[in-house]
Amino acid sequence: MNVVGMGEQMALEKIVFKNLDIPEMTELKTYEEHGGYKQWKKVMQDKVDRTELIDTVKASGLRGRGGAGFPTGLKWSFVPQDNPKPKYLLCNADESEPGTFKDREILEKTPHQLIEGVLLGAYAIGANTAYIYLRGEFVKGWKMVEHALAQAREAGYIGKNVMGSGFDVEVWTHRGAGAYICGEETAMINSLEGLRGEPRLKPPFPAVEGFYRSPTIVNNVETLATVPKIIENGPEWYTQWGTEKSRGTKLWSVCGHVERPGVYEVPLGYPMKKFFEEELGGCWKGRKLKGVIPGGSSVPFMLPDEFLDCDMDYENIAAHGSMLGSGGMIVFDETACLMEAATVLATFYAHESCGQCTPCREGCGWVLRQLKDIESGQPQPMAKEILFDVFDQIFGNTICPLGDSIVMPIKAMMEKVPEEFEYYIREGKSMVTGKTRLAHLAKPDKPENYRRGEAFKYPRAEDFTTDFDKVVHNVERGPEPMFTKLQHEESTEKGDSPYAREQKK
Amino acid sequence: MAYQLSAENQERVKEIATHYPHPMSGILPALHIVMAETGWVSRDACDHVAELLDVPKIKVYEALTFYTYFPQKPVGKYHIQFCHNIACNLRGAEDLIQHLKDKHNIQEDQVTEDGLFCLHRVECLGACGGGPMMQVNDDYYEDLDTEKLDQLIEGFKKSASNGKS
Ligand SMILES: Cc1cc2nc3c(=O)[nH]c(=O)nc-3n(C[C@H](O)[C@H](O)[C@H](O)COP(=O)(O)O)c2cc1C
Ligand code: SF4
Ligand code: FES
Repeated sequence: MNVVGMGEQMALEKIVFKNLDIPEMTELKTYEEHGGYKQWKKVMQDKVDRTELIDTVKASGLRGRGGAGFPTGLKWSFVPQDNPKPKYLLCNADESEPGTFKDREILEKTPHQLIEGVLLGAYAIGANTAYIYLRGEFVKGWKMVEHALAQAREAGYIGKNVMGSGFDVEVWTHRGAGAYICGEETAMINSLEGLRGEPRLKPPFPAVEGFYRSPTIVNNVETLATVPKIIENGPEWYTQWGTEKSRGTKLWSVCGHVERPGVYEVPLGYPMKKFFEEELGGCWKGRKLKGVIPGGSSVPFMLPDEFLDCDMDYENIAAHGSMLGSGGMIVFDETACLMEAATVLATFYAHESCGQCTPCREGCGWVLRQLKDIESGQPQPMAKEILFDVFDQIFGNTICPLGDSIVMPIKAMMEKVPEEFEYYIREGKSMVTGKTRLAHLAKPDKPENYRRGEAFKYPRAEDFTTDFDKVVHNVERGPEPMFTKLQHEESTEKGDSPYAREQKK
Repeated sequence: MAYQLSAENQERVKEIATHYPHPMSGILPALHIVMAETGWVSRDACDHVAELLDVPKIKVYEALTFYTYFPQKPVGKYHIQFCHNIACNLRGAEDLIQHLKDKHNIQEDQVTEDGLFCLHRVECLGACGGGPMMQVNDDYYEDLDTEKLDQLIEGFKKSASNGKS
């Protein structure tokens, strides 16, 4: 990959991922020359206690880099060691979150570092088998990992009775097949079992009951690749970077309208403004910044002020109204049409919803249809209200967080830059480009008042609501049907739909 | 005759199935092997995989229809998968897709008449920093613009007429 940022980095040196900049790191020889597999050898030969390993990782404060940021050492300690079932380690290399491309760098450039991390992790949780689940499209990354695994097997780092320690370990790769949802840990486990990649309800958590009902730990590539360095240098070394709650460093992948896209390693807590201006060179072509999605497409959109003001750690970004997520930063300059961006994102989530829960399956499609209608110049009456209503009904009501993921970026865009959406609905064209991007989807046979430009003449909520006092029931039919009444009462009390809100007034 | 993998690949499927506690897990790897051999996965191939792994046929159909990576009908010699997701979109993916359609007459979801190309839009391929980008068969092509795209397409045409792939 032509990662522009890599060669030209100025102020920020790579720390944990120095190997990314060293050529031929894919070869065992090079990796060993740079101190590779030393920790694994040491752990195997000295028969280091598992709990000691887990404690070291705990003390380092390492948090999962896959998106949720859960403390890794703590997660490992959840594996019930008295459970007689075999335990499994599953490395999450499914990286499909739009904007995120850091794991691919590790897979293609320094696979041995990942494998050493996988081995250490497997030993720490007492797993004799580990799987690396790669997304199917990463053919090169897969070949690199296979190549590295073959070398490590030959060198005796993987296999039965590793270096006379009595510990058996095997590492296999498993390729996914184009489903984003398989990045979710329980979906990944289902997929690894040969099933459709549908997330499971939690609890039970995978650490207790995962792969074929055995205790299973799922960890991101970056998380595992960091482990050997922590074991090598000690937890204090790692905690010298970062903040109280976000220790160490994090890989950021930056893309979109930015001068120098690429993968950067940044100590957590680093000032965003400094990073954006000095490392990334700001927006491309000298344009003005419109906003940023900082942590992979699933987190809320940030305005320039919020964005430039924050520090690059989990807590501070959260305090500024977004999330660190997977560290995939997507930059929008002033020429980006947010309406279009929203449709593109909705297309992605509607395509990738696994279809298990109704709010997500139907909701994503609904959001997409509304956005497409707006972009074709034929918005539905009350399109904006409907969108917010659907958001509310999806958010927090689904099995996995994919449902929330469509809501967060799009809702934040619509709340923070409402004028762009309102303009599109009103005028039937983009405020930024002046074009109606999806005009070819407009339907000539739509009723007159659905046509573009008449959005304000659309019927309003009160046109739809029934005045129930005026309803005359057919007395001859007997008593009023209970069912209708109950349903109506319930919906006015609990419901938060625009209809219900109108009625309350 | 119904579709069968080569003897060597049949062995590979059986070997891979032993990596897992249950042969069900071998379904995806087996489908990958079928795809590498034929470029797409047919119903016949699913039945064959089910037989090899000794799992219910329906489980293989389920997997095939859930995962979008396996084409269910033949694809062109050069299977172009163009990323149209957000980062690539911001850097001009739509224009390039239009360019492929207009200039090279490669239409979406269709195989060209000469059987060389087919174009599919796909979601993020994890190479956003190099957007706009596409995957052709197994390889990624990044930082594309119209010029580069023209060169690549011409290159593919040339190597196809030379009998290479
Ligand atoms: C829809 C969805 C997609 C996800 N995709 C990924 C992914 O591509 N890579 C990843 O490492 N984690 C992904 N995750 C997070 C995983 O569920 C899980 O939290 C993570 O792999 C745990 O590893 P960590 O503790 O090392 O972060 C995803 C989660 C969700 C809900
Ligand atoms: S939220 Fe969506 S992706 Fe997640 S389990 Fe439900 S339907 Fe599937
Ligand atoms: S958005 Fe195109 S590769 Fe990620």
